[in-house]
Amino acid sequence: MTTYDARFRIWRGDTEGGELRDFTVEVHDGEVVLDIVHRLQATQVPDLAVRWNCKAGKCGSCSAEVNGRPRLMCMTRMSTFTREETISVTPLRAFPVIRDLVTDVSFNYRKAREVPAFVPPQGVAPGAYRMRQEDVERSQEFRKCIECFLCQDTCHVVRDHEENKPAFAGPRFLMRVAELDMHPLDAAQEAGLDRKRAAQEDHGLGLCNITKCCTEVCPEGIKITDNALIPLKERAVDRAYDPLVWLGNKIRRRTAP
Amino acid sequence: MVQVDRQQWDVVVVGAGGAGLRAAIEARERGARTAVICKSLFGKAHTVMAEGGIAASMGNVNEGDNWQVHFRDTMRGGKFLNQWRMAELHAKEAPDRVWELETWGALFDRTPDGRISQRNFGGHEYPRLAHVGDRTGLELIRTLQQKIVQLQQEDFKEYGDHEARLKVFQECTVTRVLKEGPRVSGAFCYERESGRFFVLEAPAVVLATGGIGKSFKTTSNSWEYTGDGHALALLAGAPLLNMEFVQFHPTGMVWPPSVKGILVTESVRGDGGVLRNSEGKRFMFDYVPDVFKEKYAESEEEGDRWYEDPDHNRRPPELLPRDEVARAINSEVKAGRGSPHGGVFLDVSTRMPAERIRRRLPSMYHQFKELADVDITAEAMEVGPTCHYVMGGIAVDSDSAATVGVPGLFAAGEVAGGMHGSNRLGGNSLSDLLVFGRRAGLHAAGYAASAGRPAVSQAEIEAAAAEALAPFHADEGAENPYTLHQELQTTMNDLVGIIRRAGEMAEALERLAALRVRAARAGVEGHRQFNPGWHLALDLRNMLLVSECVARAALERTESRGGHTREDCPSMERDWRPVNLLCRPVDPAPADPAAGRIALVRTRTEPIRPDLLALFEKDELVKYLAEEELYE
Repeated sequence: MTTYDARFRIWRGDTEGGELRDFTVEVHDGEVVLDIVHRLQATQVPDLAVRWNCKAGKCGSCSAEVNGRPRLMCMTRMSTFTREETISVTPLRAFPVIRDLVTDVSFNYRKAREVPAFVPPQGVAPGAYRMRQEDVERSQEFRKCIECFLCQDTCHVVRDHEENKPAFAGPRFLMRVAELDMHPLDAAQEAGLDRKRAAQEDHGLGLCNITKCCTEVCPEGIKITDNALIPLKERAVDRAYDPLVWLGNKIRRRTAP
Repeated sequence: MVQVDRQQWDVVVVGAGGAGLRAAIEARERGARTAVICKSLFGKAHTVMAEGGIAASMGNVNEGDNWQVHFRDTMRGGKFLNQWRMAELHAKEAPDRVWELETWGALFDRTPDGRISQRNFGGHEYPRLAHVGDRTGLELIRTLQQKIVQLQQEDFKEYGDHEARLKVFQECTVTRVLKEGPRVSGAFCYERESGRFFVLEAPAVVLATGGIGKSFKTTSNSWEYTGDGHALALLAGAPLLNMEFVQFHPTGMVWPPSVKGILVTESVRGDGGVLRNSEGKRFMFDYVPDVFKEKYAESEEEGDRWYEDPDHNRRPPELLPRDEVARAINSEVKAGRGSPHGGVFLDVSTRMPAERIRRRLPSMYHQFKELADVDITAEAMEVGPTCHYVMGGIAVDSDSAATVGVPGLFAAGEVAGGMHGSNRLGGNSLSDLLVFGRRAGLHAAGYAASAGRPAVSQAEIEAAAAEALAPFHADEGAENPYTLHQELQTTMNDLVGIIRRAGEMAEALERLAALRVRAARAGVEGHRQFNPGWHLALDLRNMLLVSECVARAALERTESRGGHTREDCPSMERDWRPVNLLCRPVDPAPADPAAGRIALVRTRTEPIRPDLLALFEKDELVKYLAEEELYE
């Protein structure tokens, strides 16, 4: 087992403000950034605030920015850095700080409430649901989401534009709309709810300009842009421009003098 | 005088994992105004870690399955110590609880004819686990979370307030259940963000706080698993049951050290993975105990055929119940046939194509790649036992989930005892959460509707506030809570771990007493805002209480059964079958921190109902039941 001293710069502070503080801390073989934060708590700063739960990349609690990149601390191995490097750990930038590495992520819980829930099909009893594996797989990909909110943090629509937040659900919740829209048995349409139109009109799908930043930071490897947002945009457009109307328009334009 | 915010609710649910959320949904749907309080963010509970699936005898893959077979498997797995009525209700109701999840939007993996697919698991006679790849727990939590949001959307339409009838207090902790006389009157809580105290007044409280794994060094459990509900029940006067039974999951990661203990799902074995020692031998064939001899394959060839043709072959011994596999691994490592980092090898790479591994076991592939830099499609994993689950817990009424002797206090999920006997089968946890979470919510709402509102006294609030603030007033030479926690974990791991001896457990009790004395002086720095050192100092009380229960009960039970293995009493004793060990709080609590807090009481289990006994062959019952039970 090899051990060395690493240099860390960690943001400490609260709603009033704060600053980066320097720490030197021991690192052992095979450790991740969260281990180092825990060692700091146990040996140097017992009140260093950090969220974490499973420490296995499954719960999405320990989100922070490591060297400026949105990451799960439990999935960021120390071996990916050189020993000389000073590693910075800062709170998620798109959300207000509560204390140290803990931010107020209530924005996400508000947005979750704005997406209408799954509408069960009328007249299909529990136990009688039949769906083909290939039909559920698209939505299953999106349900891998661990709600770490790294995509919400990195998305440039809101990252430096607080003013966009009221009108924009963010990649995670636009993906939730896509997930429900692709659910083989969701009966929203029958209940008079057009999820595609809602994505456009209520959740700010139009603000997304598919730069794929969300996909890049997703620790679950979900292809948020390609598999959720772009298809949702295409469907929303199909809805806004009915193909027959489109064809009609085209013919008229051609025949016009 | 301490001034705290007080709110009135009908039902307070402590914990937002599978059991807590299911209880809250039920209570709210029955008309109770329901508050859920949880230590983490909403949707992060430890349930997300469950991988394999939900056991329910839907019979989608093998029509031979039904509740009777599931009941039998559960009783066998628990070595007949299960509270049989719970095992019966669980087996009967599990399918409905799974189907209900579909109506709330869950998307399970499918069979070719479009029904919910079911997979094999240790101890289950038929493919029985509804699953979503190997992230079933996440699907369960998300579905329940989204159901709660849906109920809140309904309330918003009706009352203009999402939280009118169902509110989640996230990142808050309960430190005391409050009572008026014998009856529950509410819960004393603090908010992690601000450190502010508040009181939720309610006639009914459901404890759904999960397990105790954080008292052990090597564990698959998250930081939340500090035995809070167990301790809250004890402090409120409700006894715990069979706390000596702690499940060590056979396959936790052993390398690198920082992830030691993190779970490797049993599905790896259910889908064909095999265990080998350093000599390359599939050693599990040497460890099939007598009670299971007829049910398991005797050769590798037969075991391998079972995956394709389960009706004409017996299952491989890698799929024995977890206690058996964990002990076997422990023995191999002890005999010097372990892997380089002190485990054994679990191999899927030579058993199926890489593509299939990535599809069937995506999170395992991901976990080993990211955390250990191991490609499980190309090489074997190193695994060893890790503290995973506590079968013991709060003693409850099987039907209503009500605790013993404290009207208004209910418990469901891992924090409740009885359901799993001495050992839990994989997949029976998620179904337990749903079946008994629902029952707890149902009965708590019913009780709350007729119980009136017991008063919360200012004196109790003062006492709870003083207790919670004590770590800020520690004198010179205060103890570091992190150091105390590490010493507690080492004590429990080394002295009351997977293999137990009387002398070591007696020593553990002495060390726990010494730790209690030091914990009374635990001190913290900083202020009350989101201060993890303070939170840990408060959690220590709970871990120490629960650890004492485990050590005392384990010392008392002079046999080996399920999740309780004694080197000095290696065999299962039929005379112990009908014996439950109850941990009762010493009342009044002694002022001297060195004095024990727990008194053990032996009780006899209720005789198993004849029609349920009739589901087993006589020859099998003879192996388990005590002499006098057979005559009855």
